[in-house]
Amino acid sequence: MLAMNYRGPKRVRIDQKPIPEILHPEDAIVRVVRSCICGSDLHLYNGNVPDTRVGSTFGHEFVGIVEEIGSDVHKLKVGDKVIVPFNISCGRCAFCKQELYGNCHESNSQATAVGGIFGYSHTAGGYNGGQAEYVRVPYADVGPTIIPEGMDWDDAVLLTDVVPTGYQAAEMAGIQKGDTVVIFGAGPIGIMAARCSWLFGAGRVIIIDKEDYRLEFARNYSQCEAYNFMDMEDPVVFVKKTTDWMGADVCIDAVGAEAAGNVLQTITGRKLLLQAGSATALHWAINSVKKGGIVSIVGVYGPTDNLVPIGNVVNKGLTIRANQASVKRLLPRLIDHVQNGIIKPKQLITHRVPLEEVADAYRMFSEKLDNCIKPVLIPPTAHA
Amino acid sequence: MEEQAKDYSHINGWGIDADPKNDPTYPMKHRTNEEHKGYSWERPPQQPITMEVLHSIERPNVTAVYGTAMPPSGLSGMIRRFAFKHSENSYLHWLPLLVADRVNVVEGLIEDVAEGKVPNIFSEKGYSADWDHNRSGLAVRAAVGAAVVGAVVLMCAGEKNRKRWFNQLMDR
Ligand SMILES: NC(=O)c1ccc[n+]([C@@H]2O[C@H](COP(=O)([O-])OP(=O)(O)OC[C@H]3O[C@@H](n4cnc5c(N)ncnc54)[C@H](O)[C@@H]3O)[C@@H](O)[C@H]2O)c1
Ligand SMILES: [Zn+2]
Ligand SMILES: [Zn+2]
Repeated sequence: MLAMNYRGPKRVRIDQKPIPEILHPEDAIVRVVRSCICGSDLHLYNGNVPDTRVGSTFGHEFVGIVEEIGSDVHKLKVGDKVIVPFNISCGRCAFCKQELYGNCHESNSQATAVGGIFGYSHTAGGYNGGQAEYVRVPYADVGPTIIPEGMDWDDAVLLTDVVPTGYQAAEMAGIQKGDTVVIFGAGPIGIMAARCSWLFGAGRVIIIDKEDYRLEFARNYSQCEAYNFMDMEDPVVFVKKTTDWMGADVCIDAVGAEAAGNVLQTITGRKLLLQAGSATALHWAINSVKKGGIVSIVGVYGPTDNLVPIGNVVNKGLTIRANQASVKRLLPRLIDHVQNGIIKPKQLITHRVPLEEVADAYRMFSEKLDNCIKPVLIPPTAHA
Repeated sequence: MEEQAKDYSHINGWGIDADPKNDPTYPMKHRTNEEHKGYSWERPPQQPITMEVLHSIERPNVTAVYGTAMPPSGLSGMIRRFAFKHSENSYLHWLPLLVADRVNVVEGLIEDVAEGKVPNIFSEKGYSADWDHNRSGLAVRAAVGAAVVGAVVLMCAGEKNRKRWFNQLMDR
């Protein structure tokens, strides 16, 4: 089968690999119909996630058709069309049982700090991902959810990560009616977090990024205010000023480790890897939120340390809430929102690229070429 | 919950201010405090361990399922094995892994060549996307690259060679 193959920082290609096999009675093999490239993949692509082994296939956002099931799979059958959450979860451990499906204890041997994730390095379990024609899906009775009648592949694929993550970012922010929400990052996640902030009753939603085309997109799609931090002398002062010097009620970090905007952070975090990515957006979030406010983090950082003003967290009495999105927990609600037209995921898709051109798609997404917001890869077997 | 089963009567005031609503994990965690029982759930059947699976020393075992993408091999594999002797809490875990990743890149190149494949770096880096959407950026990149290579070559060349290089470069 065709599969994306990681060769080193900023180098990927398409190669032939063996079709995956059932290795556990609860496995399924899924034939991929759509798979996305995500901002999270950029941390791998840039070589910043430890234990990213050459030869691995990335891709944690995919939907497809069940091709084969293991002897102990009962809820799925061959031919079912499924949304596969990016988290691999057993459904039985103490964490899964409490709906912390992103924190499963039976899916990632290599690190206890994160559950298994498809195509996300050996630090997230060493699974091959969905930027391929076929994927092995463990615990097939737990994560995969049948795509409801009438929902198309493009909407479905964004329910594997982008919609739940954006939604959970807003949910963790504990938004109360009338709150001012400031979101750092106008990538797919930030745009979705901005959209979802309204669902929780935000009074004002502000998104901050450096790419004008993304800000423009957010203004329309998320119906929010959007500002370019390159035009600001200091984003924190900007937020203070625009909130009558109080600070935002809530700040959301939807940027993570590839943040721009501060030379010291960029050099130590992204070039020298002396910290687990550049923590510029989180730094700004902590300093922009009001006293007693909430910072919600969905931006992904590496497993070591980051330079953040933790003293201010103490002195301002902040609450920090963060997690990998618990996709399975949120899917029922979000499927409803999509079916009722409240969330329109596929409008985020700007590029549909044949899987064979995966290297160009990575480059385009990573360098923000051609006004790219969200690229979707389509394998040749999708049409079979 | 479990706590009630135990007797804390010897601790004056135990639990008098407990407030179940004081739970910042709501609504993310459907709290049952399962984990208070320890690692005691009925585990899923074990995926047969047919390859080397490194596991964090912060857990006692390999998880019931595991990924089979790339078992450790070669020099990078040796470094990874060393890393996994240290906990996720230690730099001796993460920094060697980053080194192993870089060593692995070189192994990847060697492997390609051994299989008679010459990696097409231009296409692996997706530069045709620049060709389509960012031609000027690509040109600048190429020019900067050429200048850097040129400067390095000049610096490395001896005085005499340097002159020759310079003359050649200037087409003299
Ligand atoms: N927690 C989860 O479950 C989860 C799931 C998916 C993605 N993520 C993470 O969310 C983050 C965003 O993902 P994405 O797909 O939208 O990525 P993306 O790379 O498309 O978007 C990030 C955006 O942040 C902007 N940016 C850079 N520095 C900034 C700064 N200092 N302030 C404000 N904006 C800045 C960039 O210009 C870019 O538009 C990533 O870190 C990703 O790993 C987390
Ligand atoms: Zn993702
Ligand atoms: Zn679990």
